[in-house]
Amino acid sequence: MTAPLEAPGAASESQPEAVLRGAGVSIRGRSLGQIAWLRLKRDKVAIAGLVIVTILILIAILAPLIVKLLGHPPNEFHQNLIDPNLQTPKGSFGGISKDFLLGLEPVNGRDLFSRVVYGSRISLLIAFLATLLSMVLGTVMGVIAGYFGGWVDTVISRSMDVFLAFPLLLFAIALAGVVPDSAFGLSGNALRVAVLIFIIGFFNWPYIGRIIRGQALSLREREFVDAARSLGARAPYILFREMLPNLVAPILVYFTLLIPTNILFEAALTFLGVGVRPPTPTWGGMLSDATHYYQIDPEFMLVPGLAIFVTVLSFNLFGDGLRDALDPRA
Amino acid sequence: MRKRTVAALAVTAVIAGGLAACGGGGSEGEGSTSKGAAAFNAAIGKVYNASDKTGGTLRFANSGDWDSLDPADTYYAWSWNFVRLYGRALTMFASAPGQAGTKLVPDLAESLGTPSDGNKTWTYKLRSGVKFEDGTPVTSKDVKYAVERSLDKTTFPNGPTYFNDFLDTQGYTSPYQDTDPNKLGLKAIETPDDQTIVFHMTRPYAGFDYFAMQPSTIPVPQAKDTGSKYKEHVIATGPYKFETNELGKQFTLVRNDQWDASTDPNRKPMPDKITVQLNVNSDDIDNRLLSGDLDVDVEGSGVRPAAQGRILSDQSLKANADSAITTRHWYSVMNVDVPPLDNIHCRKAIEYAWDKVGYQNAYGGPIGGEIATGLMPPVIPGFEKFDLYDAAGSPSGNIEKAKAELQECGQPNGFATNISYRVERPKEKAVAEAEQQALAKIGVKLTVKPYPQGDYFKLYAGKPAFTKANKLGIMVAGWAADWPDGFGFLEQITDSRVIHEAGNSNLGIKIPAVDALIDKALVTNDTQERDKIWGEVDKTVMENAVLLPGVWSKGLLYRPSYLTNVFVNDGFGGEYDYATIGTTK
Repeated sequence: MTAPLEAPGAASESQPEAVLRGAGVSIRGRSLGQIAWLRLKRDKVAIAGLVIVTILILIAILAPLIVKLLGHPPNEFHQNLIDPNLQTPKGSFGGISKDFLLGLEPVNGRDLFSRVVYGSRISLLIAFLATLLSMVLGTVMGVIAGYFGGWVDTVISRSMDVFLAFPLLLFAIALAGVVPDSAFGLSGNALRVAVLIFIIGFFNWPYIGRIIRGQALSLREREFVDAARSLGARAPYILFREMLPNLVAPILVYFTLLIPTNILFEAALTFLGVGVRPPTPTWGGMLSDATHYYQIDPEFMLVPGLAIFVTVLSFNLFGDGLRDALDPRA
Repeated sequence: MRKRTVAALAVTAVIAGGLAACGGGGSEGEGSTSKGAAAFNAAIGKVYNASDKTGGTLRFANSGDWDSLDPADTYYAWSWNFVRLYGRALTMFASAPGQAGTKLVPDLAESLGTPSDGNKTWTYKLRSGVKFEDGTPVTSKDVKYAVERSLDKTTFPNGPTYFNDFLDTQGYTSPYQDTDPNKLGLKAIETPDDQTIVFHMTRPYAGFDYFAMQPSTIPVPQAKDTGSKYKEHVIATGPYKFETNELGKQFTLVRNDQWDASTDPNRKPMPDKITVQLNVNSDDIDNRLLSGDLDVDVEGSGVRPAAQGRILSDQSLKANADSAITTRHWYSVMNVDVPPLDNIHCRKAIEYAWDKVGYQNAYGGPIGGEIATGLMPPVIPGFEKFDLYDAAGSPSGNIEKAKAELQECGQPNGFATNISYRVERPKEKAVAEAEQQALAKIGVKLTVKPYPQGDYFKLYAGKPAFTKANKLGIMVAGWAADWPDGFGFLEQITDSRVIHEAGNSNLGIKIPAVDALIDKALVTNDTQERDKIWGEVDKTVMENAVLLPGVWSKGLLYRPSYLTNVFVNDGFGGEYDYATIGTTK
């Protein structure tokens, strides 16, 4: 799309530079990955996305440390900093100060900074694992459907249609509502996180499945597959050793593009109250609380809202750039 | 800003002389400058802007809709307040500010009821000269018919069931299935003549006048009754009658020319017309109140958080607001069926460690309500202030005393239990989170359990089998009195004999001493003595440490400055008295 095509001419233009830098630098062939990385590096927007994504992941991993240095425990109340009549934080902009970098929650005065930082853990964890689940399911099903065709394809494709037609949000609410307090050896929030991952991941696989199926359909007619087949390779070998490596590009791209969708979906579910239980901080849960105060304390809504916005945006920018880099024709 | 001359209007003196007012200037222009003393809480315990200027249109709005305009089928306090504009029950709460409004006065009846047969039989005499809007005189048979139809819970599911529970109905269910040609087959009510009505009950109740206050005693002419359609045109006996009524949208009331002030010492109808808009966006209602495009929010529970912020931060708006205490108590109940809460010392430990300020903050801080120390709200007669668990001394929880109680309970390191609340209610969630923090200080680990509010009492917190199986140790809830009296507030939530399999309002208070006190109160005729017994019930419940008090709820009400005769009537739990408000606009 936006990245310039790596035309053969461009590669030859770079040769004089190598020559100028000195002798001994031989001209090497570049792997597909190297070419993609070169293209990606040139895309400033995508790199910015990547940097922010990396920072976010670091924040999520290091949350306890960051909060220890810069914030207060996420569930600690600071009601002395709340105006008793208005129920909003004292001070301007939702009580932002050097002690409370992003201000305080109304009513109970919890540190918004700490809660947003801790909230990133749940959001990223659920989004990442759910995406992983749907990628694995989607890839396996897509490759099988595309390669075998016939009735296998029909069965898998129709079931994809069924999944796509499912009123997912309603189903997710219903399912998350009936989850008991402990099951499968898990209990409490761990169980609820697992259920969310399952719901989001399990119902999203047809999106990636369709794409992979399409790719597999065209790949199986290619010469190298024919060659492998004529040499006597069995189906599993062809599927996972011959075809899968050629599918890495779309898989990677859709992985990065599905993560932001799942972050939003997780936020929507917790917003509706089917996510993890309070007082565990989540972005969706914070937004849901903030709706009651947005007119008198807009800052409270702004903080988790911006967190979701920045995360989704940077994942999307990075994913877009990655797609351009890996597959310029798309 | 224009300086406001504080009219040295002796408001209290005005009240002393009833509602007839001196008029406070009565100048025609500048409706916005208040003639009375506009000040915060100016309509609490006294009348704001007393005036006898009649005329004008009073505009009400409702963010939802009535359960029904039919007097047999309505159960909201604000509806019982409003119904007095078009209907007259046997008795009513006095139209008077503050505590005086909790006193019952005869309305359609000449005097309060006369008990006989050990409080099981009650007799009322009707005033003469009372007419329906079409000019037909009201007789005791119309009252009997009205009560009969209110027993029909299939046609009228919303109304209270006190008559069903107490009257000696002998299986009578509905006048619509009555074989009697006049549809007056109910044996429990006798009408020896057109002015006399006699009620027979199966059990004694000394406070029957409260039953007689319910809108279901507002007379209904049998010839005009259209069953469930009667709400489209209720035949008025009060000072106003329906002019138009578009269900779910709006209705208007105009003066009822058949209403005779000489038969009615209680009402002083001021406006010529009353309009009510239904299903209006609630924030819109607040904004229109503040801008003067609307006069009264009929639900009377106060403005929403957004408008509250505006009012409290602006002195000129605050001067037109009242923080009214209601008959509602937001509290939590401990479950004695869940160990170790079966041990009173463990319960006391929680009582002491309970974060009282946190509870209050969850409900909006001091504006949202007072920190409760007992079960019964202070507006209810018989209220007695006591503080068994040190709410005054350490409002955020007394850790030392709590730990000492834990020691005695044999759980020195604390224990784990669950707290349930209604998932749709952010305030209850805030309570659960605050108490989770507070109880953690004594090692009690609370796990929060949200449940949907629609089934909260049917399937979850109000179902003993469920609470026991799921170990709900603490249940967040709330209760408002049907009327400001110990019976109306306490009976349904403390009497162990009202606990059924599911759908309970009593979430598990089972104390034999309380049951005995309730029985005693039911047969005590002396009001003061009876109120005292209700106070004892309150204290006994608290001594047994089963109830965790939260807040005695308050509402921030807003009255546009051009309204007259505005005051909060405690009889309707912290709402303005709708039967007296006038307008100068």
